[in-house]
Amino acid sequence: MTPHKRTLALSDDILMRVEKPARYIGGEVNAVMKDPHEVEIRFAFCFPDVYEIGMSHLGIQILYDMLNSWEDVWCERVYSPWRDLDHIMRKEEIPLFALESQDPVKNFDFLGITIQYEMCYTNILQVLDLAQIPLNAAERGEDCPIVIGGGPCTYNPEPLADFFDLFYIGEGETQYRNLLNLYSECRREHAGRREFLRRAAKLPGIYAPSFYEVTYGENGVIKSFLPIEEGIPATVTKEIQMDVTNTYYPMKPVVPFIKVTQDRVVLEIQRGCIRGCRFCQAGQLYRPVRERDVETLKQWAMEMLRNTGHEEISLSSLSSSDYSRLPELIDFLIRECGRQQINISLPSLRIDAFSLDVMSKVQDVRKSSLTFAPEAGSQRLRNVINKGLTEEAILKGAALAFEGGWTRVKLYFMLGLPTETEEDIRGIAELSNKIAATFFETVPKEKRTNGRVQIVASTSFFVPKPFTPFQWAEQCTKEEFIEKAYQTRGAISEQLNQKSIKYNWHEADASVLEGVLARGDRRLCQVIRRVYEKGSFYDAWSEYYDNDRWVDTLKECGLSVDFYTHRERPLNEILPWDFIDCGVTREHLWKEWEKAKREETSENCRLKCQGCGAARFGGGICFESRGEE
Amino acid sequence: MKLRVKFKKYGPIRFIGHLDVMRYFQKAIRRAGLDVAYTGGYSPHQIMTFASPLGVGMESNGEYMDIEVHSLISCENAMERLNRAGADGIEITSVKVLPDNAGNAMASVAAAAYTVRFRQGREPAFHITQALPDFLAREQIPWQKETKKGVRELNLRQGIYELSWDGSAFHMLLDASSAGNIKPAQVIGAFLENCGQTLLENALLITREDLYTNTGTGEAPVLTSLGEIGSDKLPAETESAASSTSDRLPEEADFLREDEKLTDMETVR
Repeated sequence: MTPHKRTLALSDDILMRVEKPARYIGGEVNAVMKDPHEVEIRFAFCFPDVYEIGMSHLGIQILYDMLNSWEDVWCERVYSPWRDLDHIMRKEEIPLFALESQDPVKNFDFLGITIQYEMCYTNILQVLDLAQIPLNAAERGEDCPIVIGGGPCTYNPEPLADFFDLFYIGEGETQYRNLLNLYSECRREHAGRREFLRRAAKLPGIYAPSFYEVTYGENGVIKSFLPIEEGIPATVTKEIQMDVTNTYYPMKPVVPFIKVTQDRVVLEIQRGCIRGCRFCQAGQLYRPVRERDVETLKQWAMEMLRNTGHEEISLSSLSSSDYSRLPELIDFLIRECGRQQINISLPSLRIDAFSLDVMSKVQDVRKSSLTFAPEAGSQRLRNVINKGLTEEAILKGAALAFEGGWTRVKLYFMLGLPTETEEDIRGIAELSNKIAATFFETVPKEKRTNGRVQIVASTSFFVPKPFTPFQWAEQCTKEEFIEKAYQTRGAISEQLNQKSIKYNWHEADASVLEGVLARGDRRLCQVIRRVYEKGSFYDAWSEYYDNDRWVDTLKECGLSVDFYTHRERPLNEILPWDFIDCGVTREHLWKEWEKAKREETSENCRLKCQGCGAARFGGGICFESRGEE
Repeated sequence: MKLRVKFKKYGPIRFIGHLDVMRYFQKAIRRAGLDVAYTGGYSPHQIMTFASPLGVGMESNGEYMDIEVHSLISCENAMERLNRAGADGIEITSVKVLPDNAGNAMASVAAAAYTVRFRQGREPAFHITQALPDFLAREQIPWQKETKKGVRELNLRQGIYELSWDGSAFHMLLDASSAGNIKPAQVIGAFLENCGQTLLENALLITREDLYTNTGTGEAPVLTSLGEIGSDKLPAETESAASSTSDRLPEEADFLREDEKLTDMETVR
């Protein structure tokens, strides 16, 4: 880091007035400082939520590291100012700034925004607005930054199409260099903004929404979705980094001053998931599974711990238990981290003898809880969603855990899954009860340290997502959701061990809206803009979410919630995201949707290839020998 | 072996609160690779004590943190490594080995010195030099302190050991003990009130200059900078040398000038 005097964008008065001023001052350990005169491209990377959430996101850290490894680029970070500062910035017309240089974002070449969840869409407009960049891409002049979106929600970018110049579909490691070279080239040629976007639209993985036109039929569904110019591709294929070992990974992640959500070293061990749960979008989007070399991971872990001083390391992947070298990696970490008083956090582990043994070594059994995610209450419904977790496995895992001294169990379920019946809902209560009963059978009275077992069953409401076999499915209405939650609560209260079971459920309002945005089309842009202009942002924070405002605005715009959520889509309907190719074919997803209705399961990638289409990327698990799990 | 680390805090980092400064050092010590000692149990943490929390927004030239290490190459080396592992705006200025009988940094604090300026445009509208003697001549400056048990009436005057104005800044030495801790803004607030004015919000730029411990007795206190305690030599090297604190105090004590002498307390810096 070059030591030089940084001038903050905010005055002392403002910083003394806002909550957690450290969110806005930059200067953290490992933050990258460069001389603005010595770089060609200024890139502001934004996570449109509060600093503590945004700083916990691995994707930005990887791309921040990659972009800053290039001499001609300076990448800086931007987060949503919290509501207190937002208010002050609007009143005093202070333009949104990047943390490192504290320079206004509107003077940058690029504003990259990662879009991780639907409920942050209004925050994207907040960021653009505070940055004093026109909200709609069509209103932007030559001097405005190129606004580019990335992340999982860009697999259906349409509800945000008006606000972005470009979307990057897929993993960021592969095309950014080409995109930035193209930008420099266009600048040298004085080609202009529109021409840059035109050329960018022809790069793999890049979607430039203004070069496409959508028409709608009388019933409201899409009639056509076509490029408006010769040479603009009709389909955008996701980008993917096939070699996940020899690639960018931040050896010096930025160390925040304040406590953030993910206050630890994050070691991404693999990308993708072999499981193929039918509700899970990530499981389809990140195919095929690509594992990182275990020796490389060991080195990275130690180097990142050294460079950050973090006291904890967490493994990251969609399903850590499926990483083939997990025992070796964990042995290494337990050995090395134990020596250095470093905690190990192991999320997404399947509960079995191995994981229980590992967990007993890395955490205090009495204080920690076990997590199972059966997702559905009955075996029938688990078959529908292809969640390969059986009641037998859960009860066996729970019995082992109780023997090992655990007394707290968390269970995660979804309500409103396709084909769900009252019996499936009752299954949630019965399974919770059986786990409690297992405790009393397994642990003799004199050994019950806390005297009892605590089971926390939580349900969320199912939201169908693009590029899953359930992308055609009907979503429940708010009333149906609430009714299901009442049924669940009622069923739990009838159980013998109901005193040991606590039940939590999510709010239904936001789940319905999430469903609208997830499978929405371009007509939602005006809704999002209007809702924002009426004062909504930080919708992901329930205390700031105004459901009525959303519902009213949808109506004002002549759109209905039910059109987007409460109907099953037919096979021949053009879905807003059909122009994107994520590797997994539409045919495969439809086949899985039909199997789901027939309550048939599909084997995971390691056991048997299902021919999903991801093999065309030429690597990963698709080309590994198959065997027993 | 107990070490006392003295550091400065300035620039943007002054907006980092006390708890975050602790977190900062926990990580910095790891990055520096110091052989730091941990507490036992399932969630071990570094053995670490801070002398006195510094308010958000304040700068300091004299903050102190005591840590325990199992081994040490040299004080110089520890300081260099901590600075290399550090962020802009936190600068280690000395590392010393504490004698075994030294009280921990927090319990030891008796007084704190500050330099206080007014932000531009927020100065009071009277002549400070002329008004100050009258304020200092008062025997009682009542101050209401809010505690967990309710409001307590204090005499601020007792805790003001030294207060002067040099034409652009106040220099003050205040009681910072756990029983009688007072803050610079309270003093300036009372001073302005004495002159019929009120302190504007965020009007002060405050730099803590140093923290002091009492190396004398309750009746005859001697204020010594926390940074004077200990030695920059490792124990083996200092074994033969006299190691009691008072022996290492400067020969010529910097006594308060007679006109500034507010109490009968002897101050050694």
